[in-house]
Amino acid sequence: MSSQRNQAGADGVDLSALSTRGLDKSFGSLIVAKDIELALPQGARYALIGPNGAGKTTLINLMTGMIRPDRGQIFLGADDITALAPAVRVKRGLVRTFQINTLFPHLNALEAVTLAICERCGYAGTWWRKLPAYGDAIEEAHAILLSLQLGAHCYRATRELAYGQQRLLEIALALATRPKVLLLDEPAAGVPQGESAELFSVIANLSRDIAVLFIEHDMNVVFRFANRIIVMVGGRILVEGTPQDIAGDPRVREVYLGGARHG
Amino acid sequence: MASSVAAEPQRYLEARIRWRPIEIAFWLATLTPFVLTPNYLVLASQIAITALFALSLDLILGYAGIVSLGHAAYFGFGSYTAGLIAKWGWGEPLSGLLIAGAAAGLLGYLTSFIIARFRHLALIMITLGLGLLLAEVANSASWLTGGADGLQGVRMWKLFGVFAFDLYGTVAYSYSLAILFLLFLVARRVINSPFGLALRGIRENAIRMPAIGAASSAHIRKIYTIAAVMAGIAGALLAQTTETVSLETLGFQRSADVLVILILGGAGRLYGGIVGAIIYMVARDQFSGINPQYWYFWIGTLLVAVVVFLPNGILGGLARLMPSGRGEP
Amino acid sequence: MIASAFGVLFDGFAYGMLLFLLSVGLSVTLGMMNFVNLAHCSFAMLGGYVTVTLTNSLGWPFLATLPIAFLAAAVVSVVLERVLYRRLYRATDLDQCLLTIGIVFISVAVAAYIYGTIQQPLNLPSYLRGTVSVMGQNLGVYRLFLIGMSLLATVVLVLALEYTRFGAKVRAAVDNQRMARGLGIDVDRVFAMTFALGSGLAGLGGALAIEIVGLDHAFAFTYLVYVLIVVAVGGLGSIAGSFAAATLLGISDMAGKYYFPELGAFLIYFVMVTLLMWRPMGLFGRR
Repeated sequence: MSSQRNQAGADGVDLSALSTRGLDKSFGSLIVAKDIELALPQGARYALIGPNGAGKTTLINLMTGMIRPDRGQIFLGADDITALAPAVRVKRGLVRTFQINTLFPHLNALEAVTLAICERCGYAGTWWRKLPAYGDAIEEAHAILLSLQLGAHCYRATRELAYGQQRLLEIALALATRPKVLLLDEPAAGVPQGESAELFSVIANLSRDIAVLFIEHDMNVVFRFANRIIVMVGGRILVEGTPQDIAGDPRVREVYLGGARHG
Repeated sequence: MASSVAAEPQRYLEARIRWRPIEIAFWLATLTPFVLTPNYLVLASQIAITALFALSLDLILGYAGIVSLGHAAYFGFGSYTAGLIAKWGWGEPLSGLLIAGAAAGLLGYLTSFIIARFRHLALIMITLGLGLLLAEVANSASWLTGGADGLQGVRMWKLFGVFAFDLYGTVAYSYSLAILFLLFLVARRVINSPFGLALRGIRENAIRMPAIGAASSAHIRKIYTIAAVMAGIAGALLAQTTETVSLETLGFQRSADVLVILILGGAGRLYGGIVGAIIYMVARDQFSGINPQYWYFWIGTLLVAVVVFLPNGILGGLARLMPSGRGEP
Repeated sequence: MIASAFGVLFDGFAYGMLLFLLSVGLSVTLGMMNFVNLAHCSFAMLGGYVTVTLTNSLGWPFLATLPIAFLAAAVVSVVLERVLYRRLYRATDLDQCLLTIGIVFISVAVAAYIYGTIQQPLNLPSYLRGTVSVMGQNLGVYRLFLIGMSLLATVVLVLALEYTRFGAKVRAAVDNQRMARGLGIDVDRVFAMTFALGSGLAGLGGALAIEIVGLDHAFAFTYLVYVLIVVAVGGLGSIAGSFAAATLLGISDMAGKYYFPELGAFLIYFVMVTLLMWRPMGLFGRR
């Protein structure tokens, strides 16, 4: 285990919650990540934006361990986690949600979140005590669901929930693991405009202890919730800065508007 | 902050796993063969043994989603272990049962390291291959297993020193039924534990599990071992109640049959294996006069019909008929 | 020793070629649609029984029955695909296994009902019997014929795959089904035709198998295991993989039977399990 200190974050904090150094990944001749260097400080609210195919989800897959990088390192706090399995990274506090709902269709919301809590507390392997005996875990699960306005629906099977509620359940599962770093992959994907406001108020109210990086396409949402924006194009980080910097950056405008001006 | 009164979600979960009246009625009904059909107690004990075997397959297939075409390996291994122990002079039934279960469990534990690493076709093929391998080994090692002639010289002592295994099957059925019920209680507890919830998680979405920090491989190894112990005990029961062991206890035919039985009754519903075993064994007994070819014709047709029209087996079909049902398993 | 080693290799290769014909259809359709068709060998069995009926009862010459065996298997597979299989393309592995095992049971029972449970006799024409001397080795004429037919089929398959439009569509559908659909390829139709072709080849294999391994009502089950081994070891969707795995399996089996008869089928199962553990996707598999 490397005891290297990682680099200082962009706003001068000594230790980033999550950082990467020189991350590279290609599939044959297709480069999906090139020289990715980023540092997420504690309590961050970072947005990761870029056109389709820029490699944003791939970057999350790399950081969570679902794909192995060709080169580079990933640090969670001071620890080098590059070689760790995905489940171990989750136990250390690095958690992600999925762009497409990846839930347990026949479990109800209460069971799903309780499961996540049992895994966190280490008693998911206990086969000789019945589940209702774990009152604390069930209480905590219920509390999380209440805080996400899912309390009334917690007994319904996941596949019976509305799409927006399922997206909230995605986040509930992530919160149940008590993350230090939360990577949200397009949390409002597919959710109608009217309902996504609630989703984002949930994200806005997340504890300041958690560092959040979210992938998003809706610029209004990005400018409202992010205090820093990273722009990715073609597997590389094009530019990183405050919302004002990014809004005014001509390169970013070219990427999104392709140079064409409207009026 | 534990309160003496259970909170509502807790009570909800409690209610879902409570014993239903129909379950109690079912288990009471299993006592009726002693009174109603005393001539069929040998068949009844065979059914109990098959039900236990099917229950063990349900744990890995219905709850963890592992498709195994070679589960009879553990049944047969338990059967031969129990038979050999008795043949070599130790005919005490209960201790023989425990030793056979432990042996099958050890085999299951060792093979689980292989099983947990694969999915889809590779997994199906490996379970098939391992089962066929063990059957070949048993066939070749005829100095130990008796080969195609089967194991001879299995003599059981009296159960508890009092009850002798008789020809009428009274002791056999009591013994098998008691063991089935005990292990059923164990299975029921496993299903309703946090571990059971984790297994269902693996079955429902194997990708999500590591994302919530679950060590899926460890869970799979654990349930596979538990299922192997149970299958081994079922096999041992067969050896002890019939005082013989044959190669077919390890064979592909037995693995395929138990799969059919479980699907027929409905996988993932705890009672599916038992219901399937009752229907299958009774039907087979009734039609035993027929040419075996016709039997497999009807089983094939039934299998096709079940898959197309009743994907969750008989219990699944019944559950759909009932309005509220007992909630998702 | 060299003579017998060569003999084992030759017989093993011939057996491997037979396994290849029986398996290649399953490998490609599994790779394309991920549909687990355990009834694949029932089509082979059908081809075998067609040949037997035509030669024994109707006096047809053996060679003339081969295309009929191919066609019969292909036609029946199309019917089955339309009526049953189509409903289960999105079903779980388990359901597909169970459905197709049910069909195997039915086919085995029907075969026993019509033809009984005995081995079927076959009268080969005289020019296919006996041995011929090649470079000092006595090679079975029928086995040479079998090898020739299989290699011919392989060449035709590979050429069709590489150089025809249909072949291009097949390759696209195996490689990435969603993308192929997105390009406007009617994947369902391509699959149906590939399925018919693969089943037809199995039927041909079944007809050719009679002389080598015999034909009885349990053929659909007995050879299912070997075919599954070839497909799993060779890798789904790969003709080269099936070829390599079939050859490997055929020669191992012959060698095992000749040099280590006490081991029985142990060697093949052991080879399969270890190969799958090393390469779960098969020797040439993707994904």
